[in-house]
Amino acid sequence: MTTTTLSPTVVERPKRSAFAWAVSDTITVTRRNLITLFRLPQMLIFSLVQPVIFVLMFRYVFGGAIRVPGVSYVNYLMPGVFAQTVAFGAIQTGIGLAEDLHKGLIERFRSLPMARSAVLSGRTLADLTRNVFVMFLMVAIGYLVGFRVQTGIFGLLGGMAVMLFFGFSLTWIFAIIGLSTTNAETAQAASFPILAPLVFASSAFVAVASMPGWLQGFAKHQPLSVAIDATRSLMLGGYYSSPGKVLASLAWSVGIIAVFAPLAVRKYRRAA
Amino acid sequence: MNDAIRVEQLKKCFGTVTALDGVDFAVPAGSVLGLLGPNGAGKTTAVRILTTILNRDGGRAEVLGLDVGANPQAVRERIGLAGQYAAVDENLTGHENLWMVGKLSHLSPKSIRPRAAELLARFDLEHAASRPVRTYSGGMRRRLDLAAALVHRPEVLFLDEPTTGLDPQGRTGLWRVIEELVREGTTVLLTTQYLEEADYLADNIVVIDHGHVIAEGTSAQLKARLGATIVEIGFADVAHAQRARSVLAGIGMCEVEADGHTVQLKANDGARIAIDVVRALDRESLEPASLALREPTLDDVFLELTGHAAEEVEADEEEEARDRRGAA
Repeated sequence: MTTTTLSPTVVERPKRSAFAWAVSDTITVTRRNLITLFRLPQMLIFSLVQPVIFVLMFRYVFGGAIRVPGVSYVNYLMPGVFAQTVAFGAIQTGIGLAEDLHKGLIERFRSLPMARSAVLSGRTLADLTRNVFVMFLMVAIGYLVGFRVQTGIFGLLGGMAVMLFFGFSLTWIFAIIGLSTTNAETAQAASFPILAPLVFASSAFVAVASMPGWLQGFAKHQPLSVAIDATRSLMLGGYYSSPGKVLASLAWSVGIIAVFAPLAVRKYRRAA
Repeated sequence: MNDAIRVEQLKKCFGTVTALDGVDFAVPAGSVLGLLGPNGAGKTTAVRILTTILNRDGGRAEVLGLDVGANPQAVRERIGLAGQYAAVDENLTGHENLWMVGKLSHLSPKSIRPRAAELLARFDLEHAASRPVRTYSGGMRRRLDLAAALVHRPEVLFLDEPTTGLDPQGRTGLWRVIEELVREGTTVLLTTQYLEEADYLADNIVVIDHGHVIAEGTSAQLKARLGATIVEIGFADVAHAQRARSVLAGIGMCEVEADGHTVQLKANDGARIAIDVVRALDRESLEPASLALREPTLDDVFLELTGHAAEEVEADEEEEARDRRGAA
């Protein structure tokens, strides 16, 4: 019997710690996902269509009929639209993973000596990067329709950071949904019912006080409303100033990641 | 003898479905094993356990002397997998795909570039190296998929139905590449539904059905189980075929094929049997429309072993699955 001529010594593998490899693998997967994103710019454009429609609709159609305390309606609206953007954007995480699963890429990843967590962290970090771009574009669009930050550049960046961090935490939830389905359509269909009540029964478009009493409790304290209120606090200040909401939103995001990231990694290890 | 892969009493269940029910086989280093069986026989499950993707429920599974459950990381560094679906990223170029797999296999960046270039040249993908894979043909994707499995120079290569869905040209192209790898010393475990493919590539064949090994040996050994020769005599009408069957029954194992026009005879002594057949038919003034002598194919082996043809099974199982869904 012939023996193996392709000896393992031919392969040059630098020595690194498991953690260093996990970081390196995460960067590789993130890069791979970002290449896809920039090679298909229509994906970026499509993710802007829905929020832009909402901005135009609420700013010019419904806005006149909605009363909010303390600020002009457009200033009230934009933080809500930012939240809607990162929330619906998080669906993309699940869709991307479902597609990788469906096409057999995950199978290949699992046969490689890479860190198990890198497929997920690489995906969520790439989606966070995309969200940064989308968020800047949405701020620009807000400015075009009259949105004005009341607290200066640090207020703007702080508000964006809180919202982006919240969006990042949501991507871990949708990663689990993506890994539980095996095609993009199912992942999308399964995500919408979770998001709809979060986005619409929230302080995004109307003041919670205008809702029926039984809904107010949920609408006021659910994490998306908290993130919106935190962003309003940082971008608008004044009537909306509430450092407690900022801390509460950061706590929600940390909590969501702490619970769902390990669950997602566990799901990844087991997904068929 | 040095075994690159060793599987003993391997068991795997999915809920109430038993995918592998005590499977044994071994693959000597540097050889090719063809794992053969219909859809749902357990071939892919065995490959997924050996490539550390799936945990087993019982038995032993070793690759290069390493237990796949206890040392998955060490196993992953030394194996390659090319899957049933071409597992490459459509939006990356051919070169980027190989770069990604190289990075994730923890090769040094310095060594990835020349290795990727070498593989792209070898698989005739140089001209398409900087094009997104989405523009590739099916054959090109399969070649890239195989190239991706080879970036880190694996000692053991798992090929799960590598040519399913390829045109004949793409198939023979891929066969040639696999042959080359084996010449260089790579051990290959190949699953396939194409008996011709196992016949061509594999040193040894293991046939599994419903999670059990039902036969094992070289292609020649498996065929020998059927007798050396098959004589097929075609008739213009069905009545003649029926008569011929009773006439020829004395000579060997004899049956009329499903179409009703062809009589098939299995025997050990090919030349002798042909003369006997012609004489017997002549005596009865039965004039055959065609007469052919052939070696048994693995299709014949499969039919003999399982009672059904390799391809038919697929349809049956799909039907069963539909029935189950319907009942539920």
